[in-house]
Amino acid sequence: MPSPAVIEQFPHAHAARSELLLEGVSLECIRNDAVLFSGVSFALAPGEILHVSGPNGSGKTSLLRILCGLGLPERGEVRWRGAEIRSVFVDFVSRVQYVGHSDGISLDLTCAENLEFACALAAADPGRPLGEALDEAGLGHCSSVSARRLSAGQRRRLALARLLLIPADCWLLDEPFTALDPDGHALVNGFVRRHAAGGGTAVISSHEPVEAGGVPIRELVL
Amino acid sequence: MFTFLHKYGSPQHFYRLSRGLAPWFGGASALLFAAGLYGALLLSPPDYQQGEGVRIIYVHVPSAWMSLMVYVIMAAAGGVGLIWKVKVADAFARASAPLGAAFTFLALATGSLWGKPMWGTWWVWDARLTSELILLFLYLGYMALQTAIEDRRTAARAGAVLALVGLVNIPIIHFSVLWWSTLHQGPTLRPFAPPAIHMSMLVPLMVMAVAFMLYFAAVVLVRTRNELLELERNSNWARELAAEEAAR
Amino acid sequence: MSASARSGFGGVLRRDLLLGARQRSELANPIIFYVIVIALLVLAVGADAAVLDRLAPPVIWIAALLASTLSLDQVFHQDFADGSLEQLLLSHHPLAVLVAAKIAAHWLLYGVPMMLTALLVTGMLRLPDSALATLLATLLLGTPVFSLIGAVLAALTVGLRGSGLLLPLLILPLYVPLLIFSVGAVEDAARGLPVAGELYLIASVLALSICVMPIAAAAALRARLS
Repeated sequence: MPSPAVIEQFPHAHAARSELLLEGVSLECIRNDAVLFSGVSFALAPGEILHVSGPNGSGKTSLLRILCGLGLPERGEVRWRGAEIRSVFVDFVSRVQYVGHSDGISLDLTCAENLEFACALAAADPGRPLGEALDEAGLGHCSSVSARRLSAGQRRRLALARLLLIPADCWLLDEPFTALDPDGHALVNGFVRRHAAGGGTAVISSHEPVEAGGVPIRELVL
Repeated sequence: MFTFLHKYGSPQHFYRLSRGLAPWFGGASALLFAAGLYGALLLSPPDYQQGEGVRIIYVHVPSAWMSLMVYVIMAAAGGVGLIWKVKVADAFARASAPLGAAFTFLALATGSLWGKPMWGTWWVWDARLTSELILLFLYLGYMALQTAIEDRRTAARAGAVLALVGLVNIPIIHFSVLWWSTLHQGPTLRPFAPPAIHMSMLVPLMVMAVAFMLYFAAVVLVRTRNELLELERNSNWARELAAEEAAR
Repeated sequence: MSASARSGFGGVLRRDLLLGARQRSELANPIIFYVIVIALLVLAVGADAAVLDRLAPPVIWIAALLASTLSLDQVFHQDFADGSLEQLLLSHHPLAVLVAAKIAAHWLLYGVPMMLTALLVTGMLRLPDSALATLLATLLLGTPVFSLIGAVLAALTVGLRGSGLLLPLLILPLYVPLLIFSVGAVEDAARGLPVAGELYLIASVLALSICVMPIAAAAALRARLS
């Protein structure tokens, strides 16, 4: 954290800081006694996307877990609008949607019930009707089908439908393209483009490039 | 509190501090053990009811005290580690557990040894012995959880929650067992709490108790240091230290 | 409880009950286990009238204890496996409230059926009618404590290798007070003695658990998932 004196010296620095949504400051992660990564820093303003890539085991999932507050970094901190996330945790998680490595879907619930539950946990009211989000994710015909009967790709789509339903400023997507068909890829890219155009930000870990039209994409290679 | 903990709670600082302190505690403990045992075995009189067998209380009572004290210390250290994320506290809690379990076991074993000549049986479901047995289970559970979780930081924080829950439960367990034993056995002989203890027995007992505490302090410091080294084996200070030791 | 926390509590409770209703066979297993344990205990000590009189209260309680331990592995296991637990942790609702809802659901799904089964098997164990009301009272106050304390330890062991054996190891010592007071109360009632004292003690254990355990379980989950 810069001291207040520094901020007074450079008033613009302060203004610029408050515009940033998500920042990682020299993050280091240790898993099972091995350093996965260290000195990872980035800053995302509204409308910017961070694409995280790297070989298997390089810590992409760990980084995303740290960014959403599930994991603790060994060193460094994650900031939301300039404040350490744990100091503004309720505010932070109200504005963030995380789609993790596992989909977060209960197999014994139907698609609609899964989304209803996601809405019950969310801070904001759903921005649109549930059926519309399912339609757009390509699951319009499955609304009352048990999630157990969906394929892996369809489950992924259901997890991503949460993003469409619940308004959030920041998306943290861990391997969103896994198990998706080419049509699904295009779908996710489209979601991300629209999200960024609306002033949102996202961190996406993936082996594949994110193609989101004219949206600025920063690359981070672990 | 926070800044204090972080200044003196840095692994590096603690490592050097404990390396200086541990031998002093160990030495003092050895001296007091010698003095206490001399007082307990030679100077103090045999009990008019229990005869020479009474001398086992000089080991039994301090280890029973220690078993409870170590649990409280362990839970407190775990709580500090959990709330303020102090690594030293985590390592300290983890290092204390086997010692506490050993004290508990010693209290049980000496109680049992004492029971054979006094009660004519190795085990009596006396309230204190039973509480002590459950305390041993709590220690063993804590250690089992610590070993089951691979990541040490996760293990430390999970262990802290378990120790704190156990701490809340210990008074309730003790009270319930006490209630149970009065219900089932009627008032029993209270061998370890004679109405008034004579000075010739009290002094060696206290000396032994302090010797036990110092022993715990010395050993827990050494063990904490080992835990810290293992925990921090990737950090610069640990590597420098290893290089330093190797050069010596 | 604020309106937002209420909606979070309601959402989790509704979902867990729905999930429970869709996995009925899993609900039945602890109950079947419960009856088997009682049958085995009676087979081991003999069905002598004099022995059974003495044995009924401890047998009912020991079996309930073991059966509830068996069911506790389920509290967080599935949510951990499918990633729903991460979503709970990242909800803006207080985690302790959401965990409290899961505990309430566990009690409704496992504790209440077990209580009813216990009342049925008293007929097989020759428990005097005078003790029946007391038995019901101890179970009503005691089974929520199973779920509350159990949730903390289930949270601590979720997703661990060998958690099936670790969980009972950690939890059974903590059930000691409940076992002592409850069995004491039922025995006293069978002898026609007053039992208010024991019931107050169990109720205070329950009150303490309600205050402490959801918070401890939330802390345990955060510790385990980091």
